[in-house]
Amino acid sequence: MISTSIKQLLIVMLVVFLLAVLPFSVAEAAEGVQVTVPELSSSDYPVIAGVNSRVAVWLAAQLHLWFAAFVLAVPIFVFIIESIGVWTRDQRYDEMAFEFIKVSITAYSLTAILGGLLAFSLFIFYPQLMTYLTGVFSESMFYYALLFFAESVTLYVYYYGWHWLQGGDKKWIHLTLGLLLNAVGTLLMLLANAWLTFMMSPNGVDTAGTFTGDTWGAIHNFLWNPINLHRVVANVAFGGSVVGAYAAFKFLSASGEDERAHYDWMGYNANFIAITALLPLPFAGYYLTAEIYEYSQQMGITLMGGVFAWLFIIQAVLIGTLFIAANYYLWCGMGRSEGAHRYYPYIKYIAFVIVASFLVWFTPHTLVLTNEELKALGGPYHKYLGPLGIMPAKNTAVNLMILFTAVSFLIYRRSNKLPTVSWVQTGNALQIALFVAGIANILILGIYYGYFTNTVYKVAASIPQVLTTLVVIVISTVIDSFLYKGAEEVAPLRWGRVPDRSQYALFLLAVAFTWLMGLMGYIRSGIRQHWHVTDVFRDNSVDAFTPTLGYAANVVSIGVVIFMAMVVFVFWISQVSSKKSYPEGYWKTA
Amino acid sequence: MTQFLKIAGFSLLVISLFATYSNLGIPQIKPAPPPSQESVDLSSMDMDSFISLGEKIYNTKGTCTLCHNELGGRAPMLDNLGEVVSARLEDAGYKGSAANVVDYIVESMNEPSAYVVKGFGKVGTNDQESPMPDVRSGSIGLSEAETLAIVAFLQDSSGLDVSIEIPSNVEEVAEVPEEVPVSTGGQGSQRAKYASAEEIVAILGCGACHKIAEFEGAIGPDLRLIGQSRDAEHLRQSILDPNADITEGFVAMMPPIYGDQLFASELEMLVEYMASLK
Ligand code: HEC
Ligand code: HEC
Repeated sequence: MISTSIKQLLIVMLVVFLLAVLPFSVAEAAEGVQVTVPELSSSDYPVIAGVNSRVAVWLAAQLHLWFAAFVLAVPIFVFIIESIGVWTRDQRYDEMAFEFIKVSITAYSLTAILGGLLAFSLFIFYPQLMTYLTGVFSESMFYYALLFFAESVTLYVYYYGWHWLQGGDKKWIHLTLGLLLNAVGTLLMLLANAWLTFMMSPNGVDTAGTFTGDTWGAIHNFLWNPINLHRVVANVAFGGSVVGAYAAFKFLSASGEDERAHYDWMGYNANFIAITALLPLPFAGYYLTAEIYEYSQQMGITLMGGVFAWLFIIQAVLIGTLFIAANYYLWCGMGRSEGAHRYYPYIKYIAFVIVASFLVWFTPHTLVLTNEELKALGGPYHKYLGPLGIMPAKNTAVNLMILFTAVSFLIYRRSNKLPTVSWVQTGNALQIALFVAGIANILILGIYYGYFTNTVYKVAASIPQVLTTLVVIVISTVIDSFLYKGAEEVAPLRWGRVPDRSQYALFLLAVAFTWLMGLMGYIRSGIRQHWHVTDVFRDNSVDAFTPTLGYAANVVSIGVVIFMAMVVFVFWISQVSSKKSYPEGYWKTA
Repeated sequence: MTQFLKIAGFSLLVISLFATYSNLGIPQIKPAPPPSQESVDLSSMDMDSFISLGEKIYNTKGTCTLCHNELGGRAPMLDNLGEVVSARLEDAGYKGSAANVVDYIVESMNEPSAYVVKGFGKVGTNDQESPMPDVRSGSIGLSEAETLAIVAFLQDSSGLDVSIEIPSNVEEVAEVPEEVPVSTGGQGSQRAKYASAEEIVAILGCGACHKIAEFEGAIGPDLRLIGQSRDAEHLRQSILDPNADITEGFVAMMPPIYGDQLFASELEMLVEYMASLK
């Protein structure tokens, strides 16, 4: 028999579901709408209390985005972890999933507050732009509010019902809730993405920007899906890194061995999530960039060849940092296993390749030289470094870095296992052959296309290189999973037996990720240059110019500091919520 | 608490390292300000200033150099339109309606796909569609007068007689920022202008490779009497595109970057100075 409270719950879920699908069933072109673009001058932009409106909106938007990304990403992997728990019937997964979602609950209200702040500052500082955008998107903004409501309801039931909805059918209902939560959350993000991609690649309006009611056209603009894909993947990586920082925080402040073991395990899983999502991210990035070029060659060139070109050098430094931190964490983690010593000798080589690739990656093509240096070198391209600065060399480096991270991971997985299948030797030989062939292929492609063909073909190497990397990773993972099928454990893993240093790698990961996201947010928005809405709505404010990269980096850094402070608050508050005091003689006794 | 401080300190350190690198580790290019929308008066303009207006628009608001430049191979160069155009008009693939150079240039700007130069079409369109935007459209937004100014400039720089008239009806023509470096696609740096050719030679370090003024470089040709054998045209090209024509007995070592580092008038100053070294 279904209990009343379950019946009530099912009704709530149905309502949420309807709220979520309603917009799509009734959304149709509104008749007779006419929204036009006003022509503005700098005096049309309110100046309030001397605040720099661009920086205010920039920070509010970025902070909102960081939190939103986190809050949307966590339910994705919480749902996966919960499912793994149901599948394996290992309760630790269920507990970890709950702890992750607990962190995101406080973050959720901060997301909403920051979203309010963003909307508020947009309307204050850019009223005409917002009038135009709300004119175009009025309907979807209304549905956004509905969806937000649905999201809150689902999230609260999912979280507060966690311990109630345990076992048997109840667990299934809970899992369904998780799915619903993710569906609603993703829809929310898609809608918000439509607004900002409309500003990048407007659609559904004529060349003067006049909107006549084609809402779906405006939503389904050229860059919408590329951004959607890129954001989902990036959010998961980012969310993973932030909960990793949470685990590290708890690990470092843990009092007992058990607690350390628990948070070590949690940190490991969070890192795993972050890195798994990080690996496909460059490909989502390639896709997005290709689509930007496709949409407008000018925008593409502004992105890759103009003022912003140097930004990709900073990006390389950050991604390199991410890879190094992630690998370092894996190597430290081998201390948990008694069998790891067998693999220690290899680590230095992997470290060497990864650091070397990193250095190649961020070698700028033209070095900034003083006259003296120019004299000494005889030209602006360094004799040895210059050739490493070109794209094929960089692509080669990136692919090697990804490949060797995969090696680190394979070694980590193997460190505590003894294979029992009969074809161990063949299997290992196969693995080695696979990697050697893959590396050789990447190098040959890079060298051939980089140095023996003319410019137009230089980028042609990137796709076969990427494919090589992917194929090697997939095949080697498959081989390894068969090779170690039914393998014996050397000894139980000693969770918690890692040096504190390793936890700093997790922090490094979270900080670098956050910073990177801020930087890429800047360029995504920056390539519109002096347009609010590309080519149709000109930005005539005093801030319409593109700032230098240093300036942007400073704003991003300030944002990251604020974000980190808020995140620490979130961690702290979720700790406080589980504390209880029992003061003697405070309450009167009955 | 000490744990907490350590973590906070570590995070701040990492953030400031990233910020420091972005400020000091890479060159800080100050992007050009957005094109201005004020108008200039055409009625008092002679052909020379109209041509130089065209050149400015070409380099700034028109964003032409973003694609049409010596370095990238993104678009054909436009310095030989006289010969090029007659070949285009006879080409079987020509779909437009132009009958002369002026019409062809205007058509190339307004309907780029009317003729797509081989190898430069959008990927996958088999050279049927041009990646060049209609210059009247939003992102560039040239007025008719601005388009004509560019045509005048292109005719002039291809060595043709300029055959258009300065439009008399007052139309909106953007006032372009006074000076922006040649061929940077509009990203000017905000430095002060160099005062003399000698200063340019000293600051850009030409003397590292050349014998010029008081410098004794030996990697490139001796420039102390270069004006005897080379004209201004050749000298200009030697700077903008040094590898186009390698002086005998030397290797292609001259950096192709100076075009990007000089304002148009500075380049002229330098060229004139060298031409006068006789
Ligand atoms: C986004 C890159 C881009 C920009 C910006 C651009 N062009 Fe082009 N342009 C091209 C490409 C690519 C071609 C060759 C394909 C074709 O024929 O359309 C071309 C062709 C031309 C041609 C015909 C050349 C020939 O040999 O037939 C002319 C003339 C021209 N452009 C002028 C201009 C002017 C003037 C501007 C600035 C107002 C400009 N372009 C801006 C990419 C660009
Ligand atoms: C890194 C060394 C280097 C620097 C720096 C350099 N050049 Fe050159 N330059 C060369 C070489 C080598 C050649 C001959 C090969 C060629 O023609 O490209 C050359 C050729 C030239 C020529 C053509 C000479 C001829 O006989 O036609 C001119 C003019 C010239 N340079 C001017 C300059 C100026 C002006 C500067 C400073 C703004 C400069 N160069 C900086 C190496 C350099």
